[in-house]
Amino acid sequence: MSGHVSPISLYITIFMALMVLTGLTVFAAFIDLGQFNFLVAMIIAAFKAALVIWYFMHVKYASKLTKLTVATGLFFLAILLGLFLVDYGSKAFTQLPPFLS
Amino acid sequence: MSNAVVHADGHGHAHATHHSALQHHFDTMAQQKEAAVVGMWVFLVTEILFFGGLFAAYMVYRIWYFDAFAEASRSLSLFWGGLNTAVLIGSSLTMAMAVRSAQTNKRTATVNWLVLTMILGAVFLGVKVIEYADKFEHHHVPGYNFQWASHEAPAAGAPSTLLGAGEHAPATEGAAAAEGHRELSLNADQLQLTTQIYFSLYFTMTGLHALHMIVGIGIMLVITWMAWKGKFDDQYYTPVEMAGLYWHFVDIVWIFLFPLLYLVERHV
Amino acid sequence: MLDKLKIPDHHYLHDGHSLRSWLLTKDHKRIAIMYLMSISVMFFIGGLFAVGIRFELATPQGDFVTADTYNKFFTMHGVIMVFFFLIPSIPAVLGNFLIPPMIGAKDLAFPRINLLSLYIYWIGGIFTLYAMISGGVDTGWTFYTPYSATGSNTNVVPTAIGIFIAGFSSILTGLNFIVTIHRMRAPGMTWFRLPLFVWAHYATSLVQVLGTPVIAITIVMLAVERGLGFGIFDPARGGDPVLFQHLFWFYSHPAVYIMILPALGVMSELISTFSRKTVFGYSFVAFSSLAIAVFGFIVWAHHMFVAGISTYAAMVFSFLSFSVAIPSAVKMFNWTATLYKGAISFETPMLYAYGFMGLFAIGGLTGLFLATLGLDVHMHDTYFVVAHFHYIMVGGAIMSYMGGLHFWWPKMTGRMYSEFFSRVSAIMVFVGFNITFFPQFVVGYLGMPRRYHSYPDEMQVLNVMSSAGATVLGLGYVLPVIYFLWSLKYGQVAGPNPWGASGLEWQTQSPPLTENFLKVPIVDREPYDYEHLVAKEKHLV
Repeated sequence: MSGHVSPISLYITIFMALMVLTGLTVFAAFIDLGQFNFLVAMIIAAFKAALVIWYFMHVKYASKLTKLTVATGLFFLAILLGLFLVDYGSKAFTQLPPFLS
Repeated sequence: MSNAVVHADGHGHAHATHHSALQHHFDTMAQQKEAAVVGMWVFLVTEILFFGGLFAAYMVYRIWYFDAFAEASRSLSLFWGGLNTAVLIGSSLTMAMAVRSAQTNKRTATVNWLVLTMILGAVFLGVKVIEYADKFEHHHVPGYNFQWASHEAPAAGAPSTLLGAGEHAPATEGAAAAEGHRELSLNADQLQLTTQIYFSLYFTMTGLHALHMIVGIGIMLVITWMAWKGKFDDQYYTPVEMAGLYWHFVDIVWIFLFPLLYLVERHV
Repeated sequence: MLDKLKIPDHHYLHDGHSLRSWLLTKDHKRIAIMYLMSISVMFFIGGLFAVGIRFELATPQGDFVTADTYNKFFTMHGVIMVFFFLIPSIPAVLGNFLIPPMIGAKDLAFPRINLLSLYIYWIGGIFTLYAMISGGVDTGWTFYTPYSATGSNTNVVPTAIGIFIAGFSSILTGLNFIVTIHRMRAPGMTWFRLPLFVWAHYATSLVQVLGTPVIAITIVMLAVERGLGFGIFDPARGGDPVLFQHLFWFYSHPAVYIMILPALGVMSELISTFSRKTVFGYSFVAFSSLAIAVFGFIVWAHHMFVAGISTYAAMVFSFLSFSVAIPSAVKMFNWTATLYKGAISFETPMLYAYGFMGLFAIGGLTGLFLATLGLDVHMHDTYFVVAHFHYIMVGGAIMSYMGGLHFWWPKMTGRMYSEFFSRVSAIMVFVGFNITFFPQFVVGYLGMPRRYHSYPDEMQVLNVMSSAGATVLGLGYVLPVIYFLWSLKYGQVAGPNPWGASGLEWQTQSPPLTENFLKVPIVDREPYDYEHLVAKEKHLV
């Protein structure tokens, strides 16, 4: 009834992991990875967010319905960003190279 | 399927003892708590899409005006941004500890962790004030006084025609997309305009985030008072948990804002 | 038998008579009644602007009002009808009243949040009415930038804030429904025993919860641009006005499904009840609601084919737009199959249902014209579009709302209205609607653009027809107000189940108790088991 009680050590571990990942994302930003800088930053941020959702927000121990709700939100966020890219991405994609235009 | 379970134990309620916090239209505390958790998550889903709209706008302009975003981003202080990230992650830890204390019937500890969370939230907002003040000083607040001064002073007069007119003429469709392309270097006029877009998004994003934090601290004041009055026990700590979910969500938004705003292109 | 029926002594309307007992109520039924009154007021205010529009368009010259005033008329008509009538109409009134009794619950999961949503709706409404009285707004209900950001000097921000606030009311209603439908069902009320009305509201709630926040953030961005001088959408400041349209339609296209999905849910109830048959293909109808809700989110840019999106994106969105027709057609065909060999009767709610089927079919099919990329370039922003969405919103959503209101009125008040006058009103609405909007398809195809207060002389005949039809339509909407109010005092007592319907809400008394049921019902029957009911009736006779 009272829900799952996580051990304090787990919370400390997650906190440490989040701090390390923050350091890592700053560190990665100073290396020239070209287009991959953005990707790396977003993967790290997504991983950090997942840790917070899964452990701090107790989704790991929550009902299937709660998990489904979280997934729905992310799915529709993906639709929003993805279909924006269909327009704005294809604008860049359909543009003729400078020597042709 | 879990509904059947909830109702199955719900209908023995004639001989079960009722918790004082059980509302009349629920059968059991478990059903009530589950409804609250799902309801809160549905609310957080709306928050995801609320910030999602901003992220979409950010994405579009970052693709178009990458150089301006990179340059404007470098004007932000990595020290303050990094510090705030650490402070907010720390406040998530203290919030998680507050919920844990409520779950385990530790009244004083709950109150202390909540107060600590609020203090960390206030530290974050204080740092934000320092950063905003810096933007005011450097004319980096969008509007009529906006000035991007790192390059030569922008020429007075009408804004660049390239930016104003290019994107709607059918013949040059797609031209706008190329403006932010790395090979094109922006002139001072264009830089003035496009860095302003960056700062418009910066202030809207961080401003709404800060507003959420202020609301969160307000909620926590109430929760702390309730905890102090001993309203919670291991059977009923839903408000603490809901406040926690909200606070963690605000933390997650910052986890994305930090690399998006502060780390656009730092290696140059 | 009829004279033995009497209104029960205890019911939700008698649970306190003071104003306070209404304003601080947590009873979903009382909140629904207050919503009913509020949206009716909004409907008639919005209707007044429509009267102004049709009055102006009766002559080709712009002689009744100036172009600026005309702009304000159609803007306020759109804003009030869309955000303050259509979006809350069926969910906040019928859904609020009926979902708990339909699933065997005592109340919604969060009664206080339900009341809060009503107050938020009122605050949003007051903001918008204030903006209207103090000068109005002339951007069109779409608030397109850069006009709304820098061009218009009317009350854009107060109106937008009103919409922003009302959006939260919509979100909270949707949130409440989702949790209620998941967590508050009576024992035995499995997902596939839910009335299709509840499925439709579940799908609607998804759209409300997922779409509304995006319009909220769009309004915030518009407000900071207009109020604080930020550069986001204004091309003079490097912004992209098309971005505004993307964000706007990400909500506002799904918002169309907030209006029509509950209407589709009402239809399933009406058609099965009045043909005394199970809904044909229950699970298909149920899942088609969810499909419409999801597909609704991936088609929005068909509003923007000529706005400067890329050709490839336009092709993708045109293709995706056709996909919405599939679940909509599934519903239409299944209702037709439900009618087949049914014992059909022609009470007022069913008249509205028939009207709905015809008008929704026309509205839906003309939607396919507009989703066709090449044709839309010709039709875009003409009266063809205006006619199309009025066939969906008025011919679809409002017909269904009226049908639902007539169907559940005896449940809400315990009394019947005049069957004769209600049939007259249903026929007037149907005839008046067609005379109003069918000519607009023609005049639009001939090239009359929307949002102008004058037009070429040769289009006058069609426009006069339209204005004349609007008069009939308007009278058709006023008549129910009279006989509904009359019925409150003089109407025949209806009894718990005047239509012999199968839903759980008809198992309790009319009007229901505050807690809906004397004891929690246990559901052991399939939905719409009219075969069972009909057999029982025959046995009794």
